[in-house]
Amino acid sequence: MSTLKTGRPPSLLNSIGSHCALVMASAAALYPVLWVVKMALSPGQSFDSSPSPIPTAISFEHFVAVTTHSDGAGTWLFGHQLFNSLLVALATTAVGMLLSCTAAYAFSRQRFPGREAGLTAFLLTQIFPGVVMMIPLYLLLDAAGLLDSLSGLVLVYSTTSVPFCTWMLKGYFDTIPRDLEEAAIMDGASSWTTFWRVILPLARPALAVTALFSFMTAWNEFILAATLMNDESMFTLPVALQRYVGEYQTDWGSFAAGALLVSVPVMALFYALQKHLVGGLTAGAVKG
Amino acid sequence: MQSPELVRLVVAILATLVFALGSQGAAAAEALTLWHSYRGAEEQALNQVLEDFANSHPETPVIALAIPYEVMASKLTTTIPRGNGPDLFIFAHERIGGWAESGLVTALDPYLQAGELAEFLPQTIPPLRFKGSLYALPLAFKSTALFRNTQLVPEAPASTDELLSMAARLSAEGRFGLAYQSDSFYFHAPWFFGFGGALFRNDAPIEYGGRAFTRSLEFVAQLQQYKVIPSEPTGALISSLFNQGKAAMVVSGPWFLGEIEDQVEFAVSPLPRVSATGLPASPFLTDEAVFVSAFSERQSAAVQLARHLTGRQSAIVRGNIGRQIVAHAAAWEDPLLRDDAVLSAFRAQLATTVAMDNRPAMRDVWEPTQLALKKILRGKASASEAAAAGAARHRAITRPLPEPAAPQLYLLLATLAVLGSLGLLLRWGAEVVRRGETASALRSWSWAGPATLATAILVFLPFAVGLVLAFFAHRQGDWTFVGLANFIDILAARSYGPTQPMSFYFALGVTLLWTVLNVALHLGIGLALALILNRATLRLRPIYRVLLILPWAVPNYITALIWKGLFHKQFGAINGFLEWLGLDAVSWFSSFGTAFFANLCTNVWLGFPFMMVICMGALQSIPSDLYEAAEMDGAGWFDQLRHVTLPLLRPALIPAVLLGTVWTFNSFNIVYLVSGGEPDGATEILISEAYRWAFTRREQYGYAAAYAVLIFLILLGWSALSARIARHAEANS
Repeated sequence: MSTLKTGRPPSLLNSIGSHCALVMASAAALYPVLWVVKMALSPGQSFDSSPSPIPTAISFEHFVAVTTHSDGAGTWLFGHQLFNSLLVALATTAVGMLLSCTAAYAFSRQRFPGREAGLTAFLLTQIFPGVVMMIPLYLLLDAAGLLDSLSGLVLVYSTTSVPFCTWMLKGYFDTIPRDLEEAAIMDGASSWTTFWRVILPLARPALAVTALFSFMTAWNEFILAATLMNDESMFTLPVALQRYVGEYQTDWGSFAAGALLVSVPVMALFYALQKHLVGGLTAGAVKG
Repeated sequence: MQSPELVRLVVAILATLVFALGSQGAAAAEALTLWHSYRGAEEQALNQVLEDFANSHPETPVIALAIPYEVMASKLTTTIPRGNGPDLFIFAHERIGGWAESGLVTALDPYLQAGELAEFLPQTIPPLRFKGSLYALPLAFKSTALFRNTQLVPEAPASTDELLSMAARLSAEGRFGLAYQSDSFYFHAPWFFGFGGALFRNDAPIEYGGRAFTRSLEFVAQLQQYKVIPSEPTGALISSLFNQGKAAMVVSGPWFLGEIEDQVEFAVSPLPRVSATGLPASPFLTDEAVFVSAFSERQSAAVQLARHLTGRQSAIVRGNIGRQIVAHAAAWEDPLLRDDAVLSAFRAQLATTVAMDNRPAMRDVWEPTQLALKKILRGKASASEAAAAGAARHRAITRPLPEPAAPQLYLLLATLAVLGSLGLLLRWGAEVVRRGETASALRSWSWAGPATLATAILVFLPFAVGLVLAFFAHRQGDWTFVGLANFIDILAARSYGPTQPMSFYFALGVTLLWTVLNVALHLGIGLALALILNRATLRLRPIYRVLLILPWAVPNYITALIWKGLFHKQFGAINGFLEWLGLDAVSWFSSFGTAFFANLCTNVWLGFPFMMVICMGALQSIPSDLYEAAEMDGAGWFDQLRHVTLPLLRPALIPAVLLGTVWTFNSFNIVYLVSGGEPDGATEILISEAYRWAFTRREQYGYAAAYAVLIFLILLGWSALSARIARHAEANS
């Protein structure tokens, strides 16, 4: 690579090297996932144990079983659970981002009493292992009347993701030059307007990263969701997925099919967000 | 996304959320709730039986809830005491002792009529009694038996000698005479009892030094030595071997029936006699039973439902549709069950089973025996060495309860600490007021406050509780204040010396190595890929980006187990590749280095996309004219990286590295799923030890909490260090 980031086309050799590295990394990323695909597509419970990730027989029975899962009364559970999962994950993203953007802005731009302590406190929340926190958390939500409700889950998940998002956004805000804000303030803009019109649009790459992170925090979690919810139509998809793991035996075909279905929205979200991660979008605007 | 667009999106999401939450109807209050973990055919049978109940008892509606097996037990112990649990639940009988002692389940004797229990097969009742009371009604029972591929094994072996000679004859290129989960005591138990073993001859569940255990280990060593059983067997591996005709015989239970494909011709028969003793190989008997919660307000209605579920008609449905081995005696007179050769074989096996003991101490058996079995299966230890290692592990996990301590001194210290911090806080407040910074503080905290408050309540309160728990010892719902005893026990490394696996210091060393390597590789690979992908002229960028995010997107429970499969000694793709290169296959989980490497590969694979995405975002903050300027100055690629990219990435990368370190330090599931601590617990890290104490070693929460506090203190030291680095970076920016 002769240059890290200019519009000039690199040499042929360079280009081949980059593609080689990317192809190898992609293959390594893909191979275990292809195994998931193989398990999901193989009929019954048996997939051959050869190293080849290509299934010997193909059947969509597991996908059908997972997506049509209903309860005795005929409620389409998969639909409900997909809706719950999406709702919880999107709401977690919205609430978490709102809380962490404002906090990160204050931590990055303002010097105020308690700033250091606040930043450290966010870090501390991440370092205590959650091993004995389940029962206290349960009692807390019980006292607040938030058991068996999706808003309880959203609250727990967004507070889980806020500390990282705040630190991440603060780090990014720190890299945005202050001249732009100062110019806006000179023009008479309030700090809210400056934040909303100047800072946030410039921080789009970091917003995309933290949005993805918040979404993932909520999207794949199942232990809390299974403990806090007492109604199958209130479960989220990962809880439904974990049901395929039994005491003695696991329905790997359905689990794999479910796991692939669960990954699709993540990939879709990433695909939608990645245009904010593409080189050259913001560079011109930030010239300091 | 433009800002107004963002506002609209947020508003729309919040509105949907409020709507969805508002529309939740309250569940009918008078319905009985029943929790179970059934799925597939068993769930279908249960639903049919419940439908019959709805028809015959329209006044008692029932709501059934299917809960993942893995969280069932913890959900029961969390919810029942708070009155949020079910009226009834279905579970295996082995936790009765613990549940009865902590008052979760109700004794059913007052509700039963004389002679009612005689309806059930007699062996299925004693397991449900604890200290003289009956705590459940039996639905079905489970034990292992011998499955055989009838094309390969027309007649079942009657003795272990016959079994061995048949298996040896049938084991050839790629085929195994016998397959079972040889590293689990549940599946090993038939040999143990067949060699004359028994449960609870003294305080321990089994005698580790006894003849029966060592002889049964020698038997397994023989199976391994003659290569009649596969290495590192998992349930999925055994099913696929049997389905492909690559396993002639399998020791498994009724659940295996659902795994066998239609084209396989098979039969089931009771396990053979052990030739050396003449005793039958006796598997464990587990009852699947229906329990009534002690907190249910409608116990008599719940008992009525339990009676219906276990009754004859329901038993026939459960046996026929759900393929359960039902406990109701008269149901077996029905031709649907009586004439079913497979179900009848399990019923015949019942005569020579040993009921799983329902005392809490029974659960101490699994970890030490698994250790001994894995040791013998690796082929490097004698039976007595393996048994001794099991005995040592048993002593370590059943550590005696520390002496109760007087709480007064601690209370005094805690009060002083609280008052001291309040005083400091007040002084700080006064200082702020004196300096006239109140207005600026209030303004800033209106920005940072909501996030801080939300995290404070939901994270700090449970944290405070965790901290307090570390000073208590927990056994069966009883908490004893023990002061610093938990910490002293951990730090004194009593059971295992400081240099041995399982001691705090060994695990700490492994954890540090684990964290440093993981974070370095995550960051190195993530940054390298992000740098390549950041080049605007590169073709196919969107495709690479989406492929490279895959490891993060797919739930890691399944991908971690696939990685474990890739490292399998006999069937793993990695050994396949090594053999293709002409190298020797590696037994990955037999030594510390290779097992650690397997864990590391898995976790690096899972974690690099996150760092890649962070780096991709962070790279956008670097203005391109800086590179242009650097290039004009004649800076090469490496100089640009060192003098432009890395310094400018630092502010955004510091939080990622800081928190990545913390998360890696505290991530137990990869170690748990991939190496499982193998060999002999050497690859266990601190947090996975803490989880074992909390969940698999009889819920010693206090001890686990003490581990958590120690982990917290270590990470606190680390973060204080890195906060200084962060401040330094801030000052430079």
